Parts: sequence; C-alpha cells; structure tokens
Amino acid sequence: MIPVEFDYKKAISVEEALEALSSGDSKLLAGGYSLIPAMKLRLNQPSMLIDIGGIASLKGIEEEDGQIIIKAGTTHNDILNNDLIKTHLPFFHEAASMIGDVQVRNRGTIGGSLAHADPAADWPALVLVAEATIDVVGTGGKRNIKAADFFTGLFTTALAENEIITAIRIPIPANGSRMVYLKFENPASRFAVVGCAVLRSSDKKTTIAFTGVADYAFRDTAAEQVVSGKILDTNTIADAMNAAVYGVNVLSDNFASEDYRRHLAKVYLKRALQAIA
Amino acid sequence: MQIRVKVNGVDYTHDVEPRLLLVHYLRDVLRLTGTHIGCDTSICGACTVQVDGNATKSCTLFAVQADGCEITTVEGLSTNGELHALQEGFKEMHGLQCGFCTPGILMTMDEYLKINPNPTEEEIRHGLKGHLCRCTGYQNIVKSVQYAANKLKKEEVPV
Ligand SMILES: Cc1cc2nc3c(=O)[nH]c(=O)nc-3n(C[C@H](O)[C@H](O)[C@H](O)COP(=O)(O)OP(=O)(O)OC[C@H]3O[C@@H](n4cnc5c(N)ncnc54)[C@H](O)[C@@H]3O)c2cc1C
Ligand code: FES
Ligand code: FES
Repeated sequence: MIPVEFDYKKAISVEEALEALSSGDSKLLAGGYSLIPAMKLRLNQPSMLIDIGGIASLKGIEEEDGQIIIKAGTTHNDILNNDLIKTHLPFFHEAASMIGDVQVRNRGTIGGSLAHADPAADWPALVLVAEATIDVVGTGGKRNIKAADFFTGLFTTALAENEIITAIRIPIPANGSRMVYLKFENPASRFAVVGCAVLRSSDKKTTIAFTGVADYAFRDTAAEQVVSGKILDTNTIADAMNAAVYGVNVLSDNFASEDYRRHLAKVYLKRALQAIA
Repeated sequence: MQIRVKVNGVDYTHDVEPRLLLVHYLRDVLRLTGTHIGCDTSICGACTVQVDGNATKSCTLFAVQADGCEITTVEGLSTNGELHALQEGFKEMHGLQCGFCTPGILMTMDEYLKINPNPTEEEIRHGLKGHLCRCTGYQNIVKSVQYAANKLKKEEVPV
C-alpha cells in the first residue's frame, strides 16, 4: 500500500513548522503511527508532510509550579520510563505501558495521539480526569485549551487547521490522591474497547472518564456525582455503575456491540473504583 | 530527496521519493530482504527493524524520516558469521516454523533484552505484543527468548 505523492519537509523549530503549515494542504507528521497507516489506505492525502519528529523543544517532561509538563513530541515510551511520571502520575505510567506494543510506544507521541483523537485512544481519558490543559500555538499566537473542551467529535478536536500542540500541562494530584486506568483492549491492535480512568483526592473529590465507549472520550459527570464525597462501599459503587454512561451514544462495531460495550464500561468503572477504594 | 543512512554499519546515500516506505527502501533498494512485509497495516511486526536502537515497524515509517539514522536489520544481527544469542535460541528451541515472523521478533527482542536482561515469561509475552506468528503458538518463541537471555547473562559473567 503506497500513499499518494507528497512533498516532505523536516522542521527544525516550531516556528518553521508553523510557517510551512500555513501553505496549502499540509499536515504535521510526528510519530506517524496514526497518520501513515491512514495515508497508506489513502484515507488521508496531504500534499505536504511537515515532520516535527526532530524538534528538540517538543520533547521532554518537566515539573513546574505544581504541574507536570509533557511536551507534545514525547513518545509513549519516554512517558513510560520517566521518573516524574512514576512518582506523580502513576496512572499515566500504567496507561503508557498498555499502549499498542513496543514499536508503537517507541515512535508514537502524546501530542499526535491527542490531535488524532481516535475514539479508542488511551491518553484522552487520562488528560480528562487529570484536568490537564493543552498548550497550542498557531499563526495567531498561543492559547491553552482545557482538556474538557478539547475533544469535540470522532477524530475531531478544538485545534484549528494551522495549530500545533506544544505541551500538555497536568496539575500534580494532591498528596493522598488515588488514581487508576483500566482498559479492556482489542486483542489485535491493543486499542481500548473500553478504557476507564479515575482520579480521587483524599477529600473524595472524584473525576471519571471513559474512552473507547463513544465517538470521543468524555467525563462521566453523573457517575462522578454519585461517588464524590462518599465512601466507596459496595452500594455506592453499584449506584455509580447504574448512573454511568447515561444518555451516551455508545459505539458498536464487529468487536463489541453497543450493549456489550455499555456493560463493559460499567464493569470497568466498578473495577476501577474497587481498585482505589 | 536525498537521504543518508547507516544500515548494518554501512553508509548509504540515495535519492528517494518522500512516499517510499523504509521497508521498501531496505528490500527493493538495498536488497536486504530479511525484513518481511506481513500485513502492511502496522499490526503484525514482521517488518520490524531498529532505528537508532529502537524497534520500529518499517512499514510505518518513510525512508526520509530515517535520514541521518542508524538502522539495524536482521542481516546485521550476527557478528563475523557467528549467530546472535537470539538466533541461536530460535534454532535450538525451535522458535520458528515458516520463519516469516522471525526477523521482526529478533529485532524487537534484541532491544528488549538490553532493557530487561532478566525477563519473566509474562514479561517476554508482553514484549512480544507487537508480533503475530501464524505457526508456532508462541510457546517456543518464549523458550527461545529465555534461552537467549540465559546465554547473554553467562557471556556477561567475568572469567
Ligand atoms: C498497531 C497500533 C496499535 C496502537 N495501539 C494504540 C493503543 O493501544 N492506544 C492508543 O492510545 N494508541 C494506539 N495506537 C496509536 C498510536 O499511539 C499513535 O502513535 C498515536 O495515536 C499518534 O501519535 P503519532 O505521534 O504517531 O502521530 P502521527 O501519526 O504523526 O499524527 C497523527 C495526527 O496528529 C497530528 N499531529 C501530530 N502531532 C501534532 C502536534 N504536536 N500538534 C498538532 N497536531 C499534531 C498529525 O498531523 C496527524 O493528523 C496504535 C497504533 C498502531 C499502529
Ligand atoms: S508489515 Fe509492518 S507491521 Fe505488518
Ligand atoms: S513461524 Fe511462521 S509466522 Fe511465525
């Protein structure tokens, strides 16, 4: 499978990438592990690829003002092996270990994953529960998008055509917080059939997000309300399961029907809540 | 576009189309046909090579992206005609039947054993996630990797 012809440019800085992005039907290329398969199927036919994979300022993980900053071009594998992540955001470490396989983790990036907004991708659920902010820069300047406002549809985000994600800012959860990410994976691709992320502070404020379940990852506010402030006993967990995935247009495909997926989502919520109870 | 790469220690410079996939560059331009194309959809891992030491599916990378990189293919695994511990393991423990998936698995496990020289069986299976084998049922692949891990450990012991 061979993509249509295109021009290729290796950008050495974000400014250079931005400039190239404003011309014609160009597209950013990071790890390429979502874009290249789509181009080979000719689902995507950009006239130019701007390779941002070599931009040093888009790589790395830092701690600053109570936040962990993951630069957009950081690979899943670098997140997996990072000590700041292991210490402050252990569920990001867990999630990274579950993404695809070694080869996917070696090349795929968190920025590419968020921009691509695959309904079955893992990172969207994590940035939602961690209430992260996504830093972007475009020809019109910089802005910060709340994770809650970022995912807007199937493979669709709040990013404008000519914007680049530069970093993801994640507030470090308060001491005593508990967090977990559980996923029922497709046995072939390892993508999430259902992924459930939960973050709970010691004063019992709880955020819950699902991926794989609907067109795009979402916060389950109804389930959050049931468990926030309450002890996670059997009854509360059962109530949360009842409340979860309410009014959501659940995906159905040849791997998991709508009913099965909805059921899985509730079961994974139960397991996640039990794990942090 | 001109690219410069080092493949199995040899420098190459070639003019390539941006859309040329690395796997086609390796197989059709360099005639290194040990790297296989199984699925061509980024799933099976048969095309895995190492780019700057990292296992990468070469059907999911344009050759231009590898410009300036060091690439190792299965042809670069043995030294002076002597089999690599993994190759020996696959031979001794019957880790292959048709052998189509084997080169990719060797390239992933070579990186893997450098990072985790003492893997449990469970860890080896987790490390093999990016590979499909239609023949063996994986049991002997796991044994072959264990053989290699043991052999590499013995080699490390100072005499
Ligand atoms: C076999 C296989 C299994 C996988 N399994 C999983 C899995 O289990 N879980 C999971 O979450 N993912 C999985 N993935 C997807 C993988 O994580 C991708 O690498 C990731 O989704 C995209 O990141 P990338 O860097 O490869 O982006 P690319 O493919 O390079 O780009 C994807 C899109 O994002 C845009 N883009 C890239 N970087 C930026 C940026 N900084 N700013 C704005 N736009 C940008 C590109 O223009 C393109 O439209 C799998 C992929 C494969 C091939
Ligand atoms: S041929 Fe590349 S992953 Fe199957
Ligand atoms: S030995 Fe035949 S596919 Fe693995």
